[in-house]
Amino acid sequence: MTRYLVAFQAIVARELLRFTSQRGRFLSALVRPLVWLLIFAAGFRAALGISIIPPYLTYITYEVYILPGLCAMILLFNGMQSSLSLVYDREMGSMRLLLTAPLPRWWLLLSKLCAGVFVGVLQVYAFLLLAALFGVDLPPAGYLLILPALIIAGFMLGALGLLISSLVQQLENFATVMNFVIFPVFFLSSALYPLWRMRESSEFLYYVCAVNPFTYAVELIRFSAYSAFSSMSLLVVVITGILFFGFSVIAYTPARAGQRGRGPSQT
Amino acid sequence: MTALEVENVGFRYGARTALSAVSFRLEAGQFCALLGPNGAGKSTLFSILARLNDIQAGRVTIADCDLAAQPLKALAQVGIVFQQPTLDLDMTVQRNMMYFAALHGLHGARARRKIEQALSLLGMAERSTEKVRTLNGGHRRRMEIARALIHEPKLLLLDEPTVGLDAETRRAITDHVHNLAASGLSVLWATHLVDEVDDGDRVIVLHEGQVRADTTAADLAGKRSLVDAYLELTGAAETSS
Repeated sequence: MTRYLVAFQAIVARELLRFTSQRGRFLSALVRPLVWLLIFAAGFRAALGISIIPPYLTYITYEVYILPGLCAMILLFNGMQSSLSLVYDREMGSMRLLLTAPLPRWWLLLSKLCAGVFVGVLQVYAFLLLAALFGVDLPPAGYLLILPALIIAGFMLGALGLLISSLVQQLENFATVMNFVIFPVFFLSSALYPLWRMRESSEFLYYVCAVNPFTYAVELIRFSAYSAFSSMSLLVVVITGILFFGFSVIAYTPARAGQRGRGPSQT
Repeated sequence: MTALEVENVGFRYGARTALSAVSFRLEAGQFCALLGPNGAGKSTLFSILARLNDIQAGRVTIADCDLAAQPLKALAQVGIVFQQPTLDLDMTVQRNMMYFAALHGLHGARARRKIEQALSLLGMAERSTEKVRTLNGGHRRRMEIARALIHEPKLLLLDEPTVGLDAETRRAITDHVHNLAASGLSVLWATHLVDEVDDGDRVIVLHEGQVRADTTAADLAGKRSLVDAYLELTGAAETSS
């Protein structure tokens, strides 16, 4: 077991070191949600009225409403960023070093995934600190209570990134993924508007949002932040997370490379 | 002990056959050059030996461990240097080495001791605190070879490790690896550069996914030069000269 933990620790430490050396990545991870919070929310505050909906017990401002969604957005972008770095690692060859280690592949991928979640959760807390400085905050207990929700949601979104990285063959294709995964996943969710609002405009889009696992990741964080618990959200996020991870492990098994007609250099 | 046994290994990428009934055996302490032109199947064979691709047909045994049945035990006996560099350029040599050591379950003082030994073996000990980005191509390659030795493997696989290096550096690296074989390590060295092979080396010529010759370089050459013998077998235009 020690061998497993030694490798796990090394993979997490490497990812963290990489992240801290990429100041641009950290900065953009903070600036992106801040732009939404301070600019987008300011513009939409008047247009979008929020009624009292669970878990809120009173009227809230739009900024307060989108705060959990922006936390989930950070985790989503981080999951995709980790996925991008996996594709890069594969093209640059360093993925081979990882995959030829004498440890089960699922463990190596899980370590990589946990490393990404760790980095993602750090970014969320940095963002929450900045948001609090701008006067948008959570109840004090919420900062602690969201931690398990962030980890579980981060795992699901990281696993999605892992799955995408196993399917994307080249770095150039990644821009397509960004457009066809991140934006629909984010906009077709309850991150920016409550689902009843969406239903008022389009029944179809409402159902799309309702089956989007990202919606449940947002709600899991939102409910936890207000000391409430959404069992449905937890169930959906955990199950989809396990499915995404399971499919990633299958996609990364050595047998798949030959079946997909890849040359050895691309493995 | 047999370091590597490849029995009737075949591999296809869809409809294209990359390897067909490849068989050979490598004993402990042997240096074996796997010669073949580009596209001969060398990298495919290496990716099977490194378990990046699963075996589709045949059997591979590494240090008496069946690669398909006991992949992790078998992989623990292998040191691999890939054709493409696998280094983190922004980390120091030591950090790169520690990361690799950890992937093989080594940590702390034991890992540092083994890293120091491996770097010294390749004459790289004094470079351990330098960032990889600052090293030249030859030093980076030596570092990768040193890294592949940290966990004391029984078999060292090198896939065209001298690509892109100048003649002097290539010679220094081939000499280093020959010395490692002389000290008991089994080495499989894939290359398409004939001048990297010494007369006494064992040579396996791979062409169009099949073994065309398995003998010593001197026997393969006979009265001709090794280049001519190789060209005759492969019809390849690429040689070292």
